[in-house]
Amino acid sequence: MEMAINMADIPVNSLATAPRIKPKTGRDDWIMRAFILIIGLYLVITLALPLYAMLSKSLNTYAFDLSRYEIQINTGTGWSKTTPVTNLNEASKKFKPADLNTSSDGRLPIVDMIEGFSFRSPTLYRLRNAQPGGAFLSGSERITDTEWHEFTSNKFRRVSLKPVGATGLDNFFQYFSNPALFNSIYNSLFIAIVSTIITVSLAFAFAYAMARSCMRFKGVFKVIAMAPILVPSLLPGIALVYLFGNQGMLKILMGDQTIYGPIGIIAGSVFFTFPHAMIIIQTALSISDARLYEASDALGASKTKTFFTVTLPGARYGLISAAFVVFNLVITDFGLPKVIGGQFNVLAVDIYKQVIGQQNFEMGAVVSVVLLIPALLAFSVDRLVQKKQVALLSARSVPYQPIPNKRFDRIMFSYSSVVAGLIVTALVVCQYAALVKFWPYDLSLSLNNYNFDVMDGGGWGSFYNSIKMGFLVAVIGTVVVFTGGYMVEKAPGFALGRGLFQFLAMLPMAIPGMVLGLAYIFFFNNPVNPLNAIYGTLAILVICSITHFYTVSHLTALTALKQMDKEFESVSASLKQPFYKLFSRVTVPVCLPSILDISIYLFVNAMTTVSAVIFLYSPDTTLASVAMLNMDDAGDIAPAAAMGMMIFYANSLARIFHHFASKRLYTRTQAWRTR
Amino acid sequence: MADKAPFLKIRNLTKMFGTFTALKDISLDISESEFICFLGPSGCGKTTLLRAIAGLDIQTHGTIEQAGKDISALPPAERDFGIVFQSYALFPNLTVNRNVAYGLENAGQNKKAIKERVSELLEMVGLADQGNKYPAQLSGGQQQRIALARALATSPGLLLLDEPLSALDAKVRTFLRHEIKDLQAKLGITTVMVTHDQEEALTMADRIVVMDHGTIEQVGTPIEIYREPATLFVADFIGEMNQLAAVAGKDNTARIGDIEFTCNPHSAKEGETGILTIRPEDIVPQTDQTKTNGANIIDVTISEMEFLGAFWRATLSDEKLQGRRLLADFSINAVSRMGLKIGGQIKVAFPQDAMRFYGNGN
Repeated sequence: MEMAINMADIPVNSLATAPRIKPKTGRDDWIMRAFILIIGLYLVITLALPLYAMLSKSLNTYAFDLSRYEIQINTGTGWSKTTPVTNLNEASKKFKPADLNTSSDGRLPIVDMIEGFSFRSPTLYRLRNAQPGGAFLSGSERITDTEWHEFTSNKFRRVSLKPVGATGLDNFFQYFSNPALFNSIYNSLFIAIVSTIITVSLAFAFAYAMARSCMRFKGVFKVIAMAPILVPSLLPGIALVYLFGNQGMLKILMGDQTIYGPIGIIAGSVFFTFPHAMIIIQTALSISDARLYEASDALGASKTKTFFTVTLPGARYGLISAAFVVFNLVITDFGLPKVIGGQFNVLAVDIYKQVIGQQNFEMGAVVSVVLLIPALLAFSVDRLVQKKQVALLSARSVPYQPIPNKRFDRIMFSYSSVVAGLIVTALVVCQYAALVKFWPYDLSLSLNNYNFDVMDGGGWGSFYNSIKMGFLVAVIGTVVVFTGGYMVEKAPGFALGRGLFQFLAMLPMAIPGMVLGLAYIFFFNNPVNPLNAIYGTLAILVICSITHFYTVSHLTALTALKQMDKEFESVSASLKQPFYKLFSRVTVPVCLPSILDISIYLFVNAMTTVSAVIFLYSPDTTLASVAMLNMDDAGDIAPAAAMGMMIFYANSLARIFHHFASKRLYTRTQAWRTR
Repeated sequence: MADKAPFLKIRNLTKMFGTFTALKDISLDISESEFICFLGPSGCGKTTLLRAIAGLDIQTHGTIEQAGKDISALPPAERDFGIVFQSYALFPNLTVNRNVAYGLENAGQNKKAIKERVSELLEMVGLADQGNKYPAQLSGGQQQRIALARALATSPGLLLLDEPLSALDAKVRTFLRHEIKDLQAKLGITTVMVTHDQEEALTMADRIVVMDHGTIEQVGTPIEIYREPATLFVADFIGEMNQLAAVAGKDNTARIGDIEFTCNPHSAKEGETGILTIRPEDIVPQTDQTKTNGANIIDVTISEMEFLGAFWRATLSDEKLQGRRLLADFSINAVSRMGLKIGGQIKVAFPQDAMRFYGNGN
């Protein structure tokens, strides 16, 4: 039995001499790493590279460099001596230095700098590039050599200079020297901050009623409060137009104010961000520890005092988190200010105007970068706060149970009814507007407005496109996100790869949809990109939407996966079973409720999103939400409302289906949950 | 057993987590069919050592051989072991039958053979009729046994148990101790169990490996560990132990003030300070009160007495002990026969073979 180690057997300095063990990487490890790499690569291609393309675009500057061209003029008395074109401009004082900045497509007709130019005059001109690398156009012919080219006056009027590209911050200087542009920063911040304060206050009171009162019909209130998630953000804009617009039902209430501007944007923002804030705050309130209230009660604190010393501090992280989420949603939203913003410019709409309206892609990229800053900031603070929130939870906490209090419950019920009433009103107004023949002149009901095929925007096809895209995003996205989440959570070792993956998975939340969409143009519409083929197809819309909504889905997957016993993988490996058997037989079935949640989240968002896809759809792939925007733009507001309500019904149907599917699944495959 | 090659041969194992050294140069041999317990306080490295053996957290340096094969760098799936965790890690959505069958599938066995093996295993752990239930429908002890059956299903050469009984209540724990021990003896499977519960280790193990701060303090049978603790840490960690500051004397003696005790052989040099130890149950009350003092017998006063059910625990003091207090366990019999009570004076003997001196090395 004497087996104890003889210490003399062990080399004294074995620590220094023993070779380092290099763990052998098993087959499962290789497969998991391959998955991380593949999905990581997906995120690099659909997120990191496009963003990089956009950033570098914002630093690309184009300007006409007049010193690169030399000119000779023959007014009939022989050729003048060679002069740089710069001198022409100095003589005519036509362009100031700032005027020479342009975009990549800029052209400068050279005759603009010649005073008294007439295309009928017999004067001859010679132009050449003073150095290699310059370019000018004669008609549509591009001339890059350094030879002299001779033109008659008639020909010369069709000669224009091409800008020279460079890298620098000039675009940003230009942006900040243009008040029309940088005023939008102030406007966007103003809208976002005011909307945040109003939304969070309203949502807190509503969540408080839900969590702390014994009022009736909580289920109904909850369903109504969540309804705005099911519609595009421009729908409340349309409702507001019908209520308070120039021909609005309640225009009288507006006095001399107009709904087209900050008031409209804020009102609409409160509507569409309300459910997001409500759900965060309600979660924060529902994890409050009942023991704290008992202690407060036992110490004789008044209700008000308890509210300020227990309730508010307990929910503070939820409130902060809700505030930043709302702020981010509002400042990055595009649909609502587009519909109801009037002359009030905000950053997200500026991007659209620069890109679609003026074709100035560089300036669009600059505004995107500007918009990225507050979005990234809000995102970082939110993540920081979320981490702290988790630390607040303790396993021993006792959930708070509200006690009936007639007066308090009645007040809470009244308040909740008002909020729910407003939400329902907006939806009803839209539906009514969609059915009215010709507001406000012919109030008879008809389905004329549903005849989308005769309107601009894509017709019924766009609605079916949306449904199709929603399905594809839900199915493909769920598979990608959940598999990626599993690999990053359960793969052993490979810390660097997993860290990088995690970063990429969190990034989309900080990237506004407009910015992502524009980045996709720069990246995928580049002819040298081998992935150029997907540009203009449904595929790019699906990919863009999956990436756009990646983070929340990823976090949902991680939460579910973290609840799985971390030793399942060890046990399975010890039984010599491949990880994919565990994945398919245990992980996926156990996480099925969360997987369904991810897919419905992706579906609903794919149906309502406007911002990212507005830059990416083609005539064949118009979407319902985009059609809504375009119809509104064309003045067909009633059909836009009709389309908005179609999205609402499609999403509601999906939600109901999801609800029953989950329930059915629960009873059929989750039998193990019941003891 | 000593002439047979060890089943598990661990040499110079070191595990670093960043700059923290979780295991320091561990070497250990485990024979076939042995039941070994890694015992120590939390953070001593016992679980790290088990996970290194399983390949779940592979060591930084050092080698492990199992059945003559170097497994040092192999991933868990390429090693030969079954494992039971404190959480059991039963797959919640699979029935008991399918949990146990999990490792038997795709091993080339047909359905009937698997079914037979599963019922055999369930019978073995005494849960033959529970096969169609889900884990959540079973008690903690039952789940534990299912986890054991699942780990044993593939007939592994090595069974690893990571605090398997810690999550259970005391009564079930005692019962399962015997169950597991009997099963292990019957199957003759080499078993390593990690525990922080010394009673568990003492009752179940063939040999105990006592660990502290990433090193092995002592390896020995439960009796060796209890009776002959190699270090003061082991003496302190296992069971109750009186620890008295003392000074080493000549010829295996140690002194407290004027009193000299003869103890087990020790290596401390004369004048070295250290700790003199004796277990409370080893202090013997003397019936013959007229016997002269000296030769490890002294007079003491009983200053406290506490009834602990099976025996009395007395606190002894005396001015010659210079304020040191001793715990002594007296049988109920002895107490009533000798009329021991608080304030009473008695002579007690300190048997030489029960006394150990651990020098401070100064």
